[in-house]
Amino acid sequence: MRTGKRWIVQNRLDDVATALVPMPAGEHIVDVDLGVQLRLLQDIPFGHKFSVREIAAGEKVHKYGQVIGRATKPIRAGEHVHVHNLESLRGRGDLQRLADEVREGKA
Amino acid sequence: MQVLGYRRRDGRVGVRNHVLVLPVSYEVNAIAEHITRAVPEAVTFRNQHGLNQSGADLVQTRRVYEGFATHPNVYAVLLLAWGNEPHDLKGLVEQARRAGKQAELIALETVGGVRGAVREGVRIVRRWTEERAAVERVEVPLSSIILGTECGGSDACSGISGNPALGVVSDLLVEQGGTSILAETTELIGAEHLLADRAATPEVGQRILHIVRRVEENAMKMGVDIRGAQPSPGNMDGGITTIEEKSLGCIYKGGTTPIREVVEYAERPTEKGLVIMDTPGHDIEQITGMVAGGAQIVIFTTGRGTPTGSPIAPCIKVATNSFTFRNMRDNIDFNAGDIIDGEATVEETGRRLFALMLDVLNGKQTKAERLGHREFGIYRVGQSL
Repeated sequence: MRTGKRWIVQNRLDDVATALVPMPAGEHIVDVDLGVQLRLLQDIPFGHKFSVREIAAGEKVHKYGQVIGRATKPIRAGEHVHVHNLESLRGRGDLQRLADEVREGKA
Repeated sequence: MQVLGYRRRDGRVGVRNHVLVLPVSYEVNAIAEHITRAVPEAVTFRNQHGLNQSGADLVQTRRVYEGFATHPNVYAVLLLAWGNEPHDLKGLVEQARRAGKQAELIALETVGGVRGAVREGVRIVRRWTEERAAVERVEVPLSSIILGTECGGSDACSGISGNPALGVVSDLLVEQGGTSILAETTELIGAEHLLADRAATPEVGQRILHIVRRVEENAMKMGVDIRGAQPSPGNMDGGITTIEEKSLGCIYKGGTTPIREVVEYAERPTEKGLVIMDTPGHDIEQITGMVAGGAQIVIFTTGRGTPTGSPIAPCIKVATNSFTFRNMRDNIDFNAGDIIDGEATVEETGRRLFALMLDVLNGKQTKAERLGHREFGIYRVGQSL
């Protein structure tokens, strides 16, 4: 893989791309092969992700062809994807505790 | 393929010839520092542990001491003790001697306290630093090398450049009959199914799933989202959002070969090839575990530029992006950011990193070695008592 690119989609199944340089809002993103055509809705910092398609709230999000978490709100194509709209499904002791409290009638 | 190393009496192969001052508890850290200040050719570290431990922690701490005292990168070891540590220290000296090392024990209470210990320690250590020159490097096969792989201060580039390049090194070493350790169990969460599919036997696959389940359940007992610790704030600044994403980038370090074995923290692999060690993601505890388990060299990829090393094993620092390579040029040995910049492929950069590893095995000093980065930390199972 010789990228020579401003961004990368690591697997065809992925919902997100990674910026390999700082990218400005409004930049036009086209990849005919992947069927991607969009404009960035926000500045994307180096190494951060943007969505390459519409993602519904609650939908699983893929990178490396694998699940990396779940959308916490609707995400538009070209939007910055990070901690504000994507959450982990693993190691969630907070959710476990909430479930335990509900079961024990505390919450 | 051959490199030049030190063949020890127990048959193991070292790539450094260290005189190690090993403080077996925190009581004697200051003495170890006094001695190595007087004899700067020797190495030591600060120990936070050694007392008030029981059960699995006591066993694990002992395993780390044995791993360091008998390590093939060590020519001679001075065990420094207060004298009341819960360990058979004479037994540890015997183990080191059986491994072919010069080894002595100084217990504080037998030499009249601090000044006596420093005087005696300096005398012994100075002699060893002169005598060790008599041991020469000889040709040894690459199959005798155990590489510890690590990523710390990861960013989104870690899974695109640094870790895949390190994966190429792992594959090349395994092809030569050597061993590569993939660790950081916390950073396998979300990627364990891919590793279990690559296990050499169904039992190894089950072990992989077991250690990941164990670390995840333990983390969840705290009742919080592990985000903040995993991924860390630095990881998040670098673009990593979730532990699954971090893990999927992490596992590239191990390359593509089957996983032969899963070993406990600081345990020596019995198989060659790719093995997994159950360690935390905590960088220092991880390096300490891999080195105690016999790794003679560590390759450490970093997106954010962490400076750490090991007292007895060379640690090659690899930047995952060119910004960090430039911003941390005092500390970083190698830039894998050329992959991000589109100037090289993963394969090309991986082969270049493999060539650097051979140089370092042959004696080239890493920046962490030259700068005196000698961090040490033992992973804890339970609490201090």
